[in-house]
Amino acid sequence: MSNNNGNNNGNKDSNNTGSNIGGKGKMVTITIDDKKYEVPEGTRLLWAALENGVYIPHLCGIEEEEKPSAGCRLCFVEIEGFLNPTTSCTQPVKEGMIVRTRSKRIDRMVKNAFELLLSNHRLNCGKCAANGSCELQKIAKERGLKLRVSRMRKLDIEAPVDDSPENFSYDPAKCVLCGRCVWVDHNVAKVGAIGLVRRGMGRKVAAFGETTLAESNCTQCGECVQACPVGALAMKK
Amino acid sequence: MELMEGELEQIQSAVGEVLEKFDADREQLLPILQAVQGRLGYLPREAMKMVAAAVEIPEVDVYSVGTFYNQFRLSPPGKNQIKVCMGTACHMTGGNIIMDSFERRLEIEEGETTKDREFSLERVACVGCCALAPVVLVNEEVEAKVRPTRVDGILLGLGKELPKKEARPEDKAQDSAVPRDVSTQEAGDAR
Ligand code: SF4
Ligand code: SF4
Ligand code: FES
Ligand code: FES
Repeated sequence: MSNNNGNNNGNKDSNNTGSNIGGKGKMVTITIDDKKYEVPEGTRLLWAALENGVYIPHLCGIEEEEKPSAGCRLCFVEIEGFLNPTTSCTQPVKEGMIVRTRSKRIDRMVKNAFELLLSNHRLNCGKCAANGSCELQKIAKERGLKLRVSRMRKLDIEAPVDDSPENFSYDPAKCVLCGRCVWVDHNVAKVGAIGLVRRGMGRKVAAFGETTLAESNCTQCGECVQACPVGALAMKK
Repeated sequence: MELMEGELEQIQSAVGEVLEKFDADREQLLPILQAVQGRLGYLPREAMKMVAAAVEIPEVDVYSVGTFYNQFRLSPPGKNQIKVCMGTACHMTGGNIIMDSFERRLEIEEGETTKDREFSLERVACVGCCALAPVVLVNEEVEAKVRPTRVDGILLGLGKELPKKEARPEDKAQDSAVPRDVSTQEAGDAR
């Protein structure tokens, strides 16, 4: 199934040529998995790699964000000279940087982080609005991981779906808490209607006072729906 | 939580005074919220809105901070404060069952306060007497080795009126006339 079928939740990594933080037009040469690439200095590694068609799993990364939250722990790479794997969404490229996107320990870390994400995710791809364009499906496919939880206990998120907006809805049980919707709500839509609230198992996207979106200051512009990498914020059919 | 008479004015003046003491700066958000809670005992929604306006950030950002840190409470402390220990020892010996019992009896969830503000219910981490697990702090007094059957006793001792018949909550709605009235009323309101 194509990952670029124009679905609303389609991921637009390849089009994300936007501003490169710190990029002053100077190019540097880096090596990713034995191939050399010319990339603008200061770009962060994740975006430099994606730009050049090298896939690195990622959910929370936002190219324009100056202080990445680095919360999803999926974008690890090995960089020569670094003792430990590092998150590529936080690492600016430097001249001569040598990067590996796969290694035993990276594969293990990504596998664990991925399964943890799935452990409280209501897997129901067949009926999900993001089926075919979902970033979780993409990660599974790219890294040969299973969309199944086998080593952990599954937890079910009980928080109800908010389907109060006219054209879209939010399902906490499908949310990976990446924060992308919150970022676009604050920085693109410039509304400030939603945030990540509570913590631990109760954490979710919500409006002030956890009212429904329709009761909040949400303008229902739908920017956040476009930003969601999974099927949590989805257009109604 | 609905505000009581005169409470809004009280909130407004307290928050106003707090805000005078701090720079209206996002970095001051935590100290401001701490000071507000210090004055009011909790973070009322109205107060969070005022702080958001002063610091010039979206209201939901204040709410997000207020719900993240355990030190903040969003409902007023009750006249009687029930704290159920959920530390390791208490958890292992059924602290969550005790919590469930209180939730059922008080008809609120952990972290909430009853409408009449008589009782507030919260979870605490180890209170330092694990040998007595599961432990409940009732107005800071230790109740040791609490069994679910002790929960009613504790509440009765604090003057809570309990339904006479031992009824499960599901049965209750059918059994007594009072809850039925409430539910029809609510259904009416929702229209
Ligand atoms: S639809 Fe509402 S929550 Fe989403 S970005 Fe627009 S204003 Fe914000
Ligand atoms: S709703 Fe979507 S974009 Fe927002 S935090 Fe959840 S998964 Fe991320
Ligand atoms: S994209 Fe780097 S940690 Fe999520
Ligand atoms: S765990 Fe409850 S007192 Fe220690």
